[in-house]
Amino acid sequence: MNIAPKSSFVLSRRHLLGIEGLSRDDISGLLDLAEEFVELNRQIEKKRSSLRGRTQINLFFEPSTRTQSSFELAGKRLGADVMNMLVGVSSMRKGETLIDTAITLNAMHPDILVVRHHASGAVELLASKLECSVINAGDGSHEHPTQALLDAATIRRNKGRIEGLTVAICGDILHSRVARSDIILLNCMGARVRVVAPTTLLPPGIERFGVEVARDMREGLSGADIVMMLRLQRERMNGSFVPSVSEYFNYWGLDEKKLAFAKPNALVMHPGPMNRGVEIDSIVADGAQSLIREQVEMGVAVRMAVLEALSRNLPNA
Amino acid sequence: MMLSDRRPILLANARIVDPSRDLDIAGDLLIADGMIREAKRGIGAAGVPEGTDVIDCRGKLVAPGLIDMRAFIGEPGAAARETFASASQAAAAGGVTTIICQPDTSPAIDDPATVDFVLRRARDTAIVHVHPMAAITKGLEGSEMTEIGLLKAAGAVAFTDGDKSVTDAQVMRRALTYAGDFDALIVHHTEDPDLVGDGVMNEGEFAARLGLLGIPKAAETVMLERDIRLVALSGARYHAASVTCGESLEVLRRAKDAGLTVTAAASINHITLNENDIGSYRTFLKLSPPLRAEDDRKRLVEALGNGLIDVVMSDHNPQDVETKRVPFAEASPGAIGLETMLAAGLRLVHSDEIELMTLLRAMSTRPAELLGLPGGTLRSGAPADVIVVDPELPWVLDAAELKSKCKNTPFDEARLSGRVVRTIVAGRTIYEYV
Repeated sequence: MNIAPKSSFVLSRRHLLGIEGLSRDDISGLLDLAEEFVELNRQIEKKRSSLRGRTQINLFFEPSTRTQSSFELAGKRLGADVMNMLVGVSSMRKGETLIDTAITLNAMHPDILVVRHHASGAVELLASKLECSVINAGDGSHEHPTQALLDAATIRRNKGRIEGLTVAICGDILHSRVARSDIILLNCMGARVRVVAPTTLLPPGIERFGVEVARDMREGLSGADIVMMLRLQRERMNGSFVPSVSEYFNYWGLDEKKLAFAKPNALVMHPGPMNRGVEIDSIVADGAQSLIREQVEMGVAVRMAVLEALSRNLPNA
Repeated sequence: MMLSDRRPILLANARIVDPSRDLDIAGDLLIADGMIREAKRGIGAAGVPEGTDVIDCRGKLVAPGLIDMRAFIGEPGAAARETFASASQAAAAGGVTTIICQPDTSPAIDDPATVDFVLRRARDTAIVHVHPMAAITKGLEGSEMTEIGLLKAAGAVAFTDGDKSVTDAQVMRRALTYAGDFDALIVHHTEDPDLVGDGVMNEGEFAARLGLLGIPKAAETVMLERDIRLVALSGARYHAASVTCGESLEVLRRAKDAGLTVTAAASINHITLNENDIGSYRTFLKLSPPLRAEDDRKRLVEALGNGLIDVVMSDHNPQDVETKRVPFAEASPGAIGLETMLAAGLRLVHSDEIELMTLLRAMSTRPAELLGLPGGTLRSGAPADVIVVDPELPWVLDAAELKSKCKNTPFDEARLSGRVVRTIVAGRTIYEYV
């Protein structure tokens, strides 16, 4: 079966570099399209041909099992030829290869490039040198647009809406590209966003993002419809940003007790990979209120939607 | 040949601006034997020696040549980035007749032999005056004092560790105290490296939005506050190399009011640009110290106006493409500025943010005073380091046409009004804009 999706939404831009700059209609359009792919992905025959003949390269300067496989699956289900390239940090001499890589890639004539890089702005820099469409799969602490879209899709499926919900984003906001993209998207869609973290893990100026800032979980989670936990990197737990894992878990780790501060029907999310016992307790992560597994499912659908919507804009499409 | 002509020069019918004596008159300036003879109304072609080259400067300014107090030149050790030859060509085109080069070279300018090398190399290859600053500490390592006396005798005009701060307060205290015995000027980059950390731009909302780690203003003020306390202990002459924020101005105000021999500079970038100019990760605007908020820029300009900021310098720092065409956090900081300092500064004059006299004073007279150099004035008998400026000439900056070896200008494609049309060093025209 090869029916085109009902939604004819076109993302009228060449690249998806961030949520910043997307309109409410853009976001809704992508989420609607993703809904259709959720259904498709649950069927036995999952293939579409809208990207047939197209070449998609997943260029990862930072290893990521989850995001990379999700993009790979999404591209393949839409019929693209997908190639994965993992560029090890050790094998590249900083930056130089970024431009070199762009030149090399141009010669391969990809249609879509999915890029993850450890430096903020690197994907944008690469996009400016490339002739194909570029999708940001995470750049430094800047943005991770497809994660925000899949979070939104997950919320919308479970709550029926985004507007008017109170979403608490908890943890390492300072280093999190997921938090930035989520904040921009949720604000754009009319949610009430709260960030909850020790001040050492909050970027100075965060209050100007249109969010409420809370330093403790009781205050931060009170009345929340959605509790989004963020991963805390190991190197940041040993006294540099927070004193220790046990202190962090004690005050900011999500356990049943703290989850009880939120609304009774509050739902729990995490972009993964989780540090169980650091930012989230296993009982909560695997509990009835957790949407963490569904987020992964939405990931593939949302990435298919992004690929589809961008491809409708590709030359000769 | 015109460029090597040592004939007397009469710059006629000009607006003569001499900040060293608050002089702003319509008149003529006569140059002979490499010196300024006189500047006054109506010397006229009749009153000049035979063979004088009479240049009509109607509608133009005549001012002392600029003295750029902070420029990185890649000699020794980084000639690919900039040489005295290339830097001095850029300087000439920008009206800078004296370059004060920085000691953070390779090897560092931290012994008299290297000072001597720099002076000889500059004499042989540069078309403007070059004076080096020498290091405060050996190898710029922040632990052992250099031979301040011998270095000064060899020709070092001041002492600085370049873009590094001397973090050890004891070392800094002793350097200040010892420098005081030689009446040497200590020029210090005021940034606490621990507070800078991995930061790459001004801390605040904009950095947070770009996902870049911020550098708090406190990194600067903490170091500046400490230095001021040490100056109070030692009584040395101290100059803050590059202040960027309003809070630093408060520290400076208190120091000056307390009668301490403290002066300060701001870079042309910090008085004309702000953090928003970084836009989407423009690495040419990655500077050290970083560009701050617009409010800080305004306060710097205001402080320049009331004399709290003494000097405006270019902070010329050539960086090649390989170190700039990389993600923002990985890019080397720095921007070139010798050639654009005056034109960029004139923006502030045209927008009535600063008076012309004030700008020129901060770029010529004040540096000369602080460094004990003879320029920065149009008085009779002063060396004939003079610029002629067309203050209204509109032009668009094309980075490719800049004379520096590196093209990392933050003003690429900027629309500018006013530029140097003639630069005279020691009585010789070394640059003419045609």
